[in-house]
Amino acid sequence: MKKILAVLVLLTLITFGSNRVLAQSGGELHFCLRSEPKTFNPLLAADDASETIRYMTGGVLVRVNRLTQDLEPELATSWKITNGGKTITFQLRDGLRFSDGTAFSADDVAFTMQQLMDPALHSPTGDAFRSSEGKVETEVLPKNRVRITFPAPIAGLDRLFDQVAIMSAKSPQKEMAVLGPYYVGENKAGSYLILKRNPNYWEKDPAGRPLPYIESVRLDIQSNRDIEMLRLTRGEIHFINSLDAEYFDKVVAQDPSMAHDAGASLDSEEMWFNQVATSPLPSYKKAWFISTNFRRAVSEAINREDLARIVFRGHARPAVGPVSPANKFWFNAKLQAHPFDQKSALQRLTQDGFHLQDGALHDRDGHAVEFSVITNAGNKYRERMATMIQQDLSGIGIKLNVVTLDFPSLIERITHTFDYEACLLGLVNDELDPNAQMTVWLSSADSHQWNPSQKTPATAWEAEIDKLMRAQASTLDPKKRKEDFDKVQEIAWQQEPFIYLVNKNALSAVSPAVHNAHPVVLRPQVYWNIDQLSLTSEVARNR
Amino acid sequence: MKWARTTAIVFLLAVSSACLLANVIAPASYAYQFREEPNAAPSRHHLLGTDDLGRDRFSRVLYGTRVSLLLAPAAALLSSLLAAFIGGIAGFSGGWVERFVMAGTDLFLSLPWLFLLITVRALLPLNVSPILSVLITFAMLGCLGWAGAARIICADARSLAQSDFILLARASGSNGFRLLWRHLVPNLKPVLYAQFWISVPVFILTEANLGILGLGVAEPMPSWGSLLRELESFSTASGQSWQVVPLILFILVVSSFHLVLTKEELPV
Repeated sequence: MKKILAVLVLLTLITFGSNRVLAQSGGELHFCLRSEPKTFNPLLAADDASETIRYMTGGVLVRVNRLTQDLEPELATSWKITNGGKTITFQLRDGLRFSDGTAFSADDVAFTMQQLMDPALHSPTGDAFRSSEGKVETEVLPKNRVRITFPAPIAGLDRLFDQVAIMSAKSPQKEMAVLGPYYVGENKAGSYLILKRNPNYWEKDPAGRPLPYIESVRLDIQSNRDIEMLRLTRGEIHFINSLDAEYFDKVVAQDPSMAHDAGASLDSEEMWFNQVATSPLPSYKKAWFISTNFRRAVSEAINREDLARIVFRGHARPAVGPVSPANKFWFNAKLQAHPFDQKSALQRLTQDGFHLQDGALHDRDGHAVEFSVITNAGNKYRERMATMIQQDLSGIGIKLNVVTLDFPSLIERITHTFDYEACLLGLVNDELDPNAQMTVWLSSADSHQWNPSQKTPATAWEAEIDKLMRAQASTLDPKKRKEDFDKVQEIAWQQEPFIYLVNKNALSAVSPAVHNAHPVVLRPQVYWNIDQLSLTSEVARNR
Repeated sequence: MKWARTTAIVFLLAVSSACLLANVIAPASYAYQFREEPNAAPSRHHLLGTDDLGRDRFSRVLYGTRVSLLLAPAAALLSSLLAAFIGGIAGFSGGWVERFVMAGTDLFLSLPWLFLLITVRALLPLNVSPILSVLITFAMLGCLGWAGAARIICADARSLAQSDFILLARASGSNGFRLLWRHLVPNLKPVLYAQFWISVPVFILTEANLGILGLGVAEPMPSWGSLLRELESFSTASGQSWQVVPLILFILVVSSFHLVLTKEELPV
């Protein structure tokens, strides 16, 4: 019996011992930024590198858990939205300190909000809070509470605070004093940054040990992806956060345990036709492009499965609509991606008077159906997709000309001159809430790409989308919002102002030396739980 | 080095012949996507494998070489003629005409070519066929590439204009067009010839650069630029050595063009 007990005790020790290895403290995590951060001011972060620094150093009141997509308390222990969605009150944690030792209080939240909403600062993060004209009022309440009142209701208000890193009102270090797991310890411009462990970080692991586990993070500025890959394979960096499909397959070939395909991301690739009434296109082409049957036919003639399989090497899935299936709450699960069906496409075209003549499609007035699609030069995935679509559309007699333009010329055409016929671009989507897509779906918006800045909606279905988008934005009931936005997705699916092509998968590569890494589809994919990542004991010792 | 020159000429002739007979030799259309076989290794059906979209690489190399090899000399001819006209007039006239034309040439040389090409291309109509896009691309190269050659031709024309035989021709009553056509142009031929051969690989390289940026010949038409884009990420291409064939062919052809020139024809 004693022997059995001894074995049990030994096994227990080994088990606990191995857990301790998994949560090994110390070491230096290495990875690459593809460009230098443009700012360390978290309120001005707009580029990927600055957002990385903000995520790793900034303390936020609430945080969207990138795995569950639920909102979790951080600097605020609880929060309440009142006054019809205009007011949010946070209960703050007591006894917290910034990285430089300055005490954290409700005054810092008030200071951050005042900075955030200052029109002179032009904060991109602040734009999300500007629902209407008027002043944002912040009241510091007793018992470490703070109340923020906006001039108009903001749907999904609490989630917006995931992006707001709280700044110190009193610290002489200004934005360099932070509440997140790390602070910027060293910055060699154009070369590297070293983030050091914040000794005052508030969070602890279940065993009561202070987080983060890793002592420092070295971020090398490296724009060349080939070199980044080489450094990963040599063990010089610990992960690559966002990989192209080709590189991902190379990682799989070398060491499958390093490759992580988290599934479809929020990003989509789509194509749209120019429906601007005043565009310099011939009237017969305008008539094609405003026809729902024409757009649906083109959509059905595109083999999305092939696009995903060949262009993205299987690391993408046919897109359904404006919301990716990765967006667990807002995706309308009733919808399916449009199937590849050239017979059905031809039937739709016949309804509009199109007919095949010697293998070429002609409209009812005898014009041969030929149009161009523009995309940005240098993006090989889009160029390949356009080339595949070219062959697909030739199957229904449409001649497609693929034109690659430098990005400024392309933007000029799609936003000012409207001298284009179709465009293939992608949408990078970081936000789960549909309010982030208001500027795309409202017919009056500048980013309503197929026909922007309309004085009144050009079509009944656009008027309906306007109504539904405004309705979902003006209620706080998630169920009602979901119903409204589901209808928007259904209209978008039926009318196809955007022909959604694929949702790319979130691909990453992580060294086995990194523990607790669970790459997800939401950004930042690999280091969303940076405070809980640890390095193997060997690595931790050597670094 | 005569043997090297001969070998280069034979090689260029062989490559040109193969490209001209691409319709007969190529096992498949350069545009057709064999979607079940993307990135395939060389096989009996696809001698150089297939590209990312499943297109037969051997066929694309044949057609792409034809595009680059036929149109680069055409662009070189256009630029050489422009250079001869502008440089010849400037050098022959001398005085303020020469100074004015050469100042314009210097200004043209100082323009950033690549950005100019990108800008001009962005202004072109969108609905042009791939073949027309090829012609436009090389025509632009030809129209923009005359300035360097014009300076050399101007210097040569100036020297000729001051030579004894031109003086004698003038004294004999020859002037104007006759003087230019009968006496100056024949003597400019060697330098024009050299400029032409130097320009050919330059235009091939420029098209390749544009193609690598995605701004060259429109899809699905292949060119060396678009073929070389496959190699832009060396770490993913390194496992497929057959992808390097277009690069090797490109190097051999460009080198051969240089070898075709005799020592005397090469610029100092």
